[in-house]
Amino acid sequence: MKEGITVDLVSKDKLDELSSEERINYIIDEVRKGKILVLERGLTSSERVKLIQQTMEKIDHDTFIGIEIEGYPEEKRSFIHRIFGMVGKPRITVIGPAHLLKTIRRDDRVIETVIVPGRRDV
Amino acid sequence: MGFHFSSLARIIQLLFGKRHARIGIYGAPNVGKTTLANRIAMDLAGEVVGTVSDVPHETRRAKTKKNLKIENGTSSLTIDIVDTPGIATKVDYMEFVRNYGIDEEEARRRAKEATEGVIEAIRWLDNVDGVLLVMDSTEDPFTQVNVTILGNLEARNLPVIIAANKIDMETSSPATIKSAFPQHPVVPISALTGHNMQALYSKMIEHFGKRKKRRWIK
Repeated sequence: MKEGITVDLVSKDKLDELSSEERINYIIDEVRKGKILVLERGLTSSERVKLIQQTMEKIDHDTFIGIEIEGYPEEKRSFIHRIFGMVGKPRITVIGPAHLLKTIRRDDRVIETVIVPGRRDV
Repeated sequence: MGFHFSSLARIIQLLFGKRHARIGIYGAPNVGKTTLANRIAMDLAGEVVGTVSDVPHETRRAKTKKNLKIENGTSSLTIDIVDTPGIATKVDYMEFVRNYGIDEEEARRRAKEATEGVIEAIRWLDNVDGVLLVMDSTEDPFTQVNVTILGNLEARNLPVIIAANKIDMETSSPATIKSAFPQHPVVPISALTGHNMQALYSKMIEHFGKRKKRRWIK
């Protein structure tokens, strides 16, 4: 049987039970295994920066060249949220290994991605 | 009367504004960060900061040029600029080999340095007072890198000016950048030709000279 590519739809509940650091580690670990994750609740901008930082640390140039990530920005903060310096809630995000996942198009309503096995001979 | 408006402006700046600011030049690879850093350093000090190339990740270590004084009539601001490596979510040495004819060993070395450069650029966010976020106005500005950097700067309460670069190109559309990020000042420029740099300098004095309380994020 041919080996397929796994796509995990990760619920908000699953993400909420993890700390910020655990969330990032979970994403990196799964993506390095070749999985594509669709997160019901995405990452804050601070978490995304940490994700990029850790991705760079994990790149080995042969089996993992980085990530493809696409999602919608955080919801606009209300006046009250801004006063208390609270961040907006992150929204749906798709993350996968850069050698498999490619974003084709995104607009305000749809993110179109393709999975291209063998996009890079790794 | 011996008291002039210029003296008043200086006093106000002394009391309420910054005189010296460290400004990070950020953006994705190949948007023209080093071209802009060179333009600023050449205009203000007659020197360049780094080498410019069509090959992505040419700047793989942050480079600093200190004590550059921007003047605009009665106002001024002294800046240190930090030209940071391009921020990316992936680095593939094969792209250097396939697209730029770089041999594999050199491409691997370059890719490794590029990943280290991204980490260094992110670390610099803790040590800058403001950011010039460079975007290529011939490309779709709504990228994860741009959105992530802007979101992070907002969380830190760091002032940012978006430099909509490459307006010398026929396909450029700085208006798209303005409509994508209406909450931030956008200055259309060509770092290559120097077009509209004076507007950028004026905006830098106005925007980076303000005293703002930054938020520290873990």
